[in-house]
Amino acid sequence: MCTSCGCSEHAHPTVTVFQDGRPVRIENHDPHTHSHAHAHHAHSHEHESGTTIPLEADILAKNDLLAQRNRGWFEGRNILALNLVSSPGSGKTTVLEKTILQLAGDIPIHVIGGDQATTNDAERIQATGCRVAQINTGAGCHLDAHMLAHGLDELQPPPDSVVLIENVGNLVCPALFDLGEFCKVAILSVTEGEDKPVKYPHMFRAAQVMLLNKIDLLPHVDFNVERCINLARQVNPDITVFQISATRGDGMEAWYQWLKDHLPTHPPGLTTEAT
Amino acid sequence: MHELSITQNIVALVSERAEGHRVTRVTVEIGKLNAIVPDAIQFCFGPCTKGTALEGAQLEIHEIAGRGRCRECGRELKLTQPYGQCACGSFHIECISGDQMRIKEMEVA
Repeated sequence: MCTSCGCSEHAHPTVTVFQDGRPVRIENHDPHTHSHAHAHHAHSHEHESGTTIPLEADILAKNDLLAQRNRGWFEGRNILALNLVSSPGSGKTTVLEKTILQLAGDIPIHVIGGDQATTNDAERIQATGCRVAQINTGAGCHLDAHMLAHGLDELQPPPDSVVLIENVGNLVCPALFDLGEFCKVAILSVTEGEDKPVKYPHMFRAAQVMLLNKIDLLPHVDFNVERCINLARQVNPDITVFQISATRGDGMEAWYQWLKDHLPTHPPGLTTEAT
Repeated sequence: MHELSITQNIVALVSERAEGHRVTRVTVEIGKLNAIVPDAIQFCFGPCTKGTALEGAQLEIHEIAGRGRCRECGRELKLTQPYGQCACGSFHIECISGDQMRIKEMEVA
C-alpha cells in the first residue's frame, strides 16, 4: 500500500508529461520507501497477547523522508524548487505563465502542476514553451513528496534550473505535506477575503512568500491591503509580501528579482560554466 | 480531506511495524494546532484498516493542547491557533507543543 499519496482503487494519481502526452500512473508502491527508519523499531519486544509496543513515530515520517530525498535531488542539481499554493482561482497559472515568459530566456524553468483532474493548466503552461508535467491527484486534495518524485522522474529538469510546483488549489491540505521545495509561495488575490491569512493560518505560516495578486482590481473590490498584510504578519512575522497584478504586470519585477536572488549558487569548484 | 492520507499513513506504518501480528489497539497523539479533525481520522480508520493487520483494532486519539514560546522575551503562552501574540506584544511565537502528529504505541494480540 502506498503510504505517501492518497492512492486508492478508484482514484490513481497520474503524471502526464506534455512533450509526449503519456499519462503514467503513479503506482501505489514505491521501492524507495522500503528503507524505513529503524530507530525505535520494536524487534526486541515480544509479540505476545496484549503486548503494548511503543512506536513514537511521526505519522508523516515517510512523506518527510521522501521530501528530504527530493530536497537533496534539487540541491545536487542546483535547482530552485518553489511550491506555489493558493485557493482555486487566485491566479496561480497566470503568475506562472508570466514568470516563465519573463525569465525563460535567462533561466530554464520546468513546471509540475497538480490538480484533481484535467490537463487544462498544463496546456496553458505548455503554450509558453515550457516543459511541464501534470499530476492528477484523483481523489487527493494535495501533492505529496511521492507524487513529486514521480513527476521529477518523468520531467527530468536539468541542473541549474527552476522547478515551479503548482499545487492543488487548496489552502488547507498542502500546508501539511513537505515536497522538498526550497519554500512555499502562497498566492492570495484581492477578490478573496482580506482575512484569509488568519482563516487559513497553517498555510500562511508555512509559506515564506505571499504574492498578493490581482491588485489591478482594487478599485472595484472591498479589500484592505494594509489589514491583509498585517494579518499575514500576525500569523507569520517573517513573510515576504509582493503586491502584484500578474495580468497587468504591476509589481512583477520585484517578484522576478526575488526569484533570481534565490537561485542556488554553485559550491566552489563545482561550477558547470566554462571559466 | 487530508485526514484520509493521514489515516493511510498510520495504517501503513503500524502494519509494517506489526510484522504480521494482529494489532488490537493503536494510540496516536494529534496536536490541537494541526488542521486535523480527530473525528475524521476515526471515520477513516475503519475503512482504511480493512484487510490489514489492524482490522478491528481500536484507535485512541490523544489531543495535545497548544503551547508557544515568545522568540523576543522567552515567555510561554497557551495557543489555540498556530499563531498568537505574547503579552510583550510580539507575534514571533515558536510553537513548542500542539503541532505533533505521532503514533505513540500499538497493542498486538
